[in-house]
Amino acid sequence: MKNLDSVFAAYVIGWGIFFVFFLSIVRRTATLRSEVDRLKNQLPKAR
Amino acid sequence: MTKRILLGTVATALVIAAAYANFFIAPTERTMGVIQRIFYFHAATAWAGEMVFFVCFVGNLLYVWKREQKYDWLGVTCAEVGIACISIVLITGPIWAKPVWGIYWTWDARLTSTFVLWLLYISYLLLRTLIEEPGRRALLSALFGIFAFLDVPLVFFSIRWWRTQHPAPVVMGGQGSGLDPTMSKVFFFNVLVMHVFCAFLIVERYIVEKLRHDVDLLQREAEVQ
Repeated sequence: MKNLDSVFAAYVIGWGIFFVFFLSIVRRTATLRSEVDRLKNQLPKAR
Repeated sequence: MTKRILLGTVATALVIAAAYANFFIAPTERTMGVIQRIFYFHAATAWAGEMVFFVCFVGNLLYVWKREQKYDWLGVTCAEVGIACISIVLITGPIWAKPVWGIYWTWDARLTSTFVLWLLYISYLLLRTLIEEPGRRALLSALFGIFAFLDVPLVFFSIRWWRTQHPAPVVMGGQGSGLDPTMSKVFFFNVLVMHVFCAFLIVERYIVEKLRHDVDLLQREAEVQ
C-alpha cells in the first residue's frame, strides 16, 4: 500500500479545512445571534 | 431550522458514504496505485467549487441588475464557500502530484489558472473589507465578482485547450478519455455529495449575512432612540 499516508493526509487536510470553515460559520452565527438578542432587549428599555 | 438540520444530516451521511466508496468500492488504479483515490475528492471538490463560483456570479449579476441586498449576501457567501473548495483543490493536488510527477507544483495552465482563481476570490473578499458604505461595497464587489468569474471557464477548459503537466480530462474529455465504470460511478457520486455539502455550507453561511443585516438595523434603531 505505497503512498497510503499521502492519501490519508489529503483527505484529513481537505476535510479539516471544511471543518474549520464550518466552525467559523457556527462561531460567527452564535456571536451575531447573541448581539441580536442583546440589542432587542436593549430597545424596549429605551422605549 | 428543521430543514437545516435535515440538510446537515443528509450531507454528513453522504460524506461518510462517499468516503466508504472512495476507499472500499472504487478499484485500485493499475499505474498510480492507491494515490489515485485522491482524485475522487480532489476533482469532485473542484467541480463543486466551480459551481459555487457560478452561483456567486449569478448573485453578482442579479445584484447589479436589481440592487437587492439578498443577492449581495449570496455573492459573498458563495465566494467564501468557493475559496474553501479551491483551497482544498490546491492542497490535495500537490499531495497527489509529488509521488506521481516527482514534484509538488509546476506553473502549468491548469495549476496556474486555478491559483489565479483562488487569488481573485481572495481579492473579492479583501475588496469588501476596504469599502465602508454598504451600497458601494456591494456594487463594486459584484462588478469585481463578475470579472473574477471569467477565470472559471479558463480553469475548466485549460486541460482541453493546452496539453501541459496536468493530466488530460478523464471525464467529458472526448475520444480516448474515460474512466472504469465503477470509478466513474464513484466519481459522480462524489460530485453529487460535494454539491450537497456545499449547498449546506451556503445555507449556513448565508444566515451569517442575514444576521449581520439584523444587527445593523437594530444598532441604527438603538442610535435613533
